[in-house]
Amino acid sequence: MTVYYSEDHEWISVNGNEGTVGITDYAQNALGDIVFVEVPEVGDDFAKGDEVAVVESVKAASEIYAPVGGEITAVNEELEDNAALVNSSPDGDGWFYKVNIADADELEGLMDADGYKAFVAGLE
Amino acid sequence: MGAEEQNLLKTPLFSLHEELGGKMVPFAGYLMPVQYPLGVMGEHNHTREKAGLFDVSHMGQVVITGNNADEWLETLVPGNIIDLKENRIRYTTFTNEDGGILDDLMITKRNEDIFMVVNAACKEQDIAHMRAALPDHLELTELTDRALVALQGPVAASVLARFADGVDEMPFMSYTEAEIDGVACFISRCGYTGEDGHEISIPAEHAQAVCRKLLAEAEVEAIGLGARDSLRLEAGLCLYGHDITTETTPAEGALNWSIGKRRREEGGFPGAEKILAQINSGETETLRVGILPSGRAPAREGTEILDADDNVIGQITSGGFGPTFGGPVAMGYVKSEFSKVGTEVFLQVRKKKLEAKVAAMPFVEQRYYRKSK
Repeated sequence: MTVYYSEDHEWISVNGNEGTVGITDYAQNALGDIVFVEVPEVGDDFAKGDEVAVVESVKAASEIYAPVGGEITAVNEELEDNAALVNSSPDGDGWFYKVNIADADELEGLMDADGYKAFVAGLE
Repeated sequence: MGAEEQNLLKTPLFSLHEELGGKMVPFAGYLMPVQYPLGVMGEHNHTREKAGLFDVSHMGQVVITGNNADEWLETLVPGNIIDLKENRIRYTTFTNEDGGILDDLMITKRNEDIFMVVNAACKEQDIAHMRAALPDHLELTELTDRALVALQGPVAASVLARFADGVDEMPFMSYTEAEIDGVACFISRCGYTGEDGHEISIPAEHAQAVCRKLLAEAEVEAIGLGARDSLRLEAGLCLYGHDITTETTPAEGALNWSIGKRRREEGGFPGAEKILAQINSGETETLRVGILPSGRAPAREGTEILDADDNVIGQITSGGFGPTFGGPVAMGYVKSEFSKVGTEVFLQVRKKKLEAKVAAMPFVEQRYYRKSK
């Protein structure tokens, strides 16, 4: 299993053809207390870069973009009642959705863990 | 830092905010703390449970001196100022000839003069508005050398009483002057969170010292603008420029309570004809109401309010998540026929049409101080 990161602070953990997507610890920290996540619907199809979910903090709504394109195969229903999971476990229980990756080549444009770490360090 | 940010003003508490880890953002021409390390949710809850200290020094503090300043003010605001007793405070609005609201403000009648607090973004305009109408015998002074902080929450008054004896016995919407740690302060029992508490005007050079004393008390945390907004929204209180503007009258804004009987009979304030016609008939085209989304998704400012047939019947003017309420809360304007509490409406949130209801405000019970008999 390999994890990739986008410059928009999404992560995607890839297992074969299936990717699990969430937002990074950096992103959840920047957003603050998360109170609602609008996840996509199973069966929806998104292209890389499409607005795929929305995260609402106490103060504002932020769009989440698809790190790769593909069909949604599952969504994290736990978030409906407990959006704070994104704050407490951004790269674990706070995952957003699973996607059937349409084009594995799209992963090439993403960063690995070290690359993302350096990218975030550059932002501060 | 961009050129625009360099022009932003700083309150006398700026360096204290930075020291406390405040995340500073531009707001109404100032660099203000939107939140501290505790976070918006934590700060909100702390204020409802204990006591929060807010820097509101960006707001305008103005004094009007001279004979019958109260009579003159009544030509600009619909509030009853003449009958206001000494050391009492009143919430009112500046209105224009069309009945629209130019700003909302607090007026305190003091022994020798009138003390007012106006919104940061409106203060220059308010002062120009007053100066344009100011008679020769009155003098208007903006107190630019004072900070203003609000200490709010269920234990706020008892904490403040440790420094200024007896302030916990002051009636709601009353004023006094007292020393806090040797510094002469103006102390008003009011605020804008729905909680009990005081606003404290402090000479700028002593503001940090006084705030450090208050923050050193175990119950007190520094609170930013983020939580200030969610607290006032839960309390059903209007944010100027959003929930009330020059496009809304006090009657449309559900602020009839701020216009007393005598003013309704006598009029004599800008826009009186329109505002009083609305009050007397009980009819306005639109009305500010509370809106409760039935799901978990917050409806933000600008969200369209629809009827069952997808007709746009209004708009959200303030909306978000209410941490104490435990769900999304909002307020906005709807066509009056939809303003009855319980009316089912819909909210166009992104691509989804969500169910909601017109609801009574406040969303969280106000806990202003009422003296027990």
